[in-house]
Amino acid sequence: MELAIISGKGGTGKSSISAAFATLQKDIVLADCDVDAANLYLLFNPECDEEHVFISGHKAVMDEEKCINCGICVDYCRFDAIVENENGVSILETLCEGCLLCSRICPQGAITVEEEDRSRYYAGRFKNGRMVYGRLAPGEENTGKLVSKVREKAKEIAEKFGIEHIIIDGPPGIGCSAISAITGVDAVIVVTEPTVSGVHDLKRTLQLTQGFKLPTSVIINKFDINRELSSEIELYCNESGIRVISKLPFNPIVVEAMVHCSSITDYAHDSEISELIKKAHTDIFAGVR
Amino acid sequence: MPIIVIMTGITIAIASGKGGTGKTFISTNLFNSLQDSRLSIALVDCDAEAPNDREFLKEGVLQSSHAVNQKIPVIDKTKCTYCGKCDEYCNFNAIFFLEEPQTIEVLEDLCHGCGACSVACEYGAISEKDDLLGYVNRYRFSTGKELIEGRMEVGVLVSVGIIKESIKMAEPFDLVLLDSPPGTGCPFIQTVYKSDYVVLVTEPTPFGLSDLKQSVAILKEMGIPCGVIINRADMGTDDAQNYLKRENIPLLMSVPFDKEIAVAYSKGEMITNLSTEWKAKFNQLYHTIKEEFEKNKAK
Repeated sequence: MELAIISGKGGTGKSSISAAFATLQKDIVLADCDVDAANLYLLFNPECDEEHVFISGHKAVMDEEKCINCGICVDYCRFDAIVENENGVSILETLCEGCLLCSRICPQGAITVEEEDRSRYYAGRFKNGRMVYGRLAPGEENTGKLVSKVREKAKEIAEKFGIEHIIIDGPPGIGCSAISAITGVDAVIVVTEPTVSGVHDLKRTLQLTQGFKLPTSVIINKFDINRELSSEIELYCNESGIRVISKLPFNPIVVEAMVHCSSITDYAHDSEISELIKKAHTDIFAGVR
Repeated sequence: MPIIVIMTGITIAIASGKGGTGKTFISTNLFNSLQDSRLSIALVDCDAEAPNDREFLKEGVLQSSHAVNQKIPVIDKTKCTYCGKCDEYCNFNAIFFLEEPQTIEVLEDLCHGCGACSVACEYGAISEKDDLLGYVNRYRFSTGKELIEGRMEVGVLVSVGIIKESIKMAEPFDLVLLDSPPGTGCPFIQTVYKSDYVVLVTEPTPFGLSDLKQSVAILKEMGIPCGVIINRADMGTDDAQNYLKRENIPLLMSVPFDKEIAVAYSKGEMITNLSTEWKAKFNQLYHTIKEEFEKNKAK
């Protein structure tokens, strides 16, 4: 099965829980789909087997020699990415979405197209199985497509090596990359925390997973920071027909594990929090079989 | 209490590579600590996928809610000659075209609204309709300060258009604070690219440091000066501090882990309202940012 762990709000503990789940399996494919801030490779230090270039898009490049500053492209660009000032017409690379319309309408043929090829994705081995992870080069777009690539690769590897389960560590937010990380998965876990912002983002995230009709469960992390809000979350989930599979207490040992480049269940195998995570893990994987 | 020095027409973005490091905590409290200032100030919540500032700044009164749309092509099949030129022009694979059997459909989710297909079509078969991306909501406080919130509709893919509109609305203000979305992708770039200074919030963990380095690298490339706040500074290692020293990046503030702060935050309360000590610290933060900003300008 393919299990995606997402959160809406960042920093609720997605990666810590993904890492724990991954190390509770003997043979797993772990897909780090937080391609904007891929971190799990820091924990597991995988042996890299494959490196792939990801073309994230295109960007327009102006040939200043050929440009006659007619300004036609400025009018056509809908992303305000071409400006005209005292120095003439120029392209703002950071705003260019790579639609290439400017290159098509330029009467001088002064605009050419370059591929954005600095992003990568990798596949490798770690102690509990295989790992696939993407790294979007800073400022490049199309995170959703890179997430899809990472997932495709993860599936290919799972099939090739006969590995049954894939765990996806998703990105924060509810936009293209989060959507790409969850479409068509067998189960989603939303990790939340009992803060007003956590609850706000949880509701939006659940709206999204329910829109895609994905079997969703919730883990409330650091539930004891605000028990009242935790109860509210449970009530809300119950009413929406979503299962809260675990409530984890706040414990600095989770950060300690991360600092020691270890999953919490490896670092403190018999701690209360590890026991709770093991239970949630069994629950999820027993539930789908 | 430190004196607030006047600084006008500047934009400060509060950002972080890793999510959940405390961007919103810093943004809302910095904004709140400046409520007595004579400057006109706007805080823009640019995290349109997960906008949370409003959860903390509840006193603001809704002034307006402005819909943000994107243009999506509509193909008139009675005029379409199935020449395929629009498909050829579309660089986002948002037009599904088959010569045999004649098929043409717009894949709306993939469309960026660039208008290339309309330009391509020689038969007047393509018109455009508005597609709702989200809203920009403006909340005004009794002090005249404003919270401008970008809020993406659930199910929409890209928040960039909303971020752009939200920042545009803050243009008339003396001081603009931008609460950035996480990451270093296009929503982040859209938020910071016109900023005068970026405050990066991090946590002293290997994850936090790795993402911090990535943020610093892109800001350097963009030529935007930055300083760093280490949140939950006592929960982790000294690696982040050592990195800042090595790279000569100013440490603007350290916030220790404090159960009182965590509990207040969880309830949607502001530490700058609960503690005069913290209000003074955030005032000082503004002062420090201003100094750093001036230092960079002088360079």
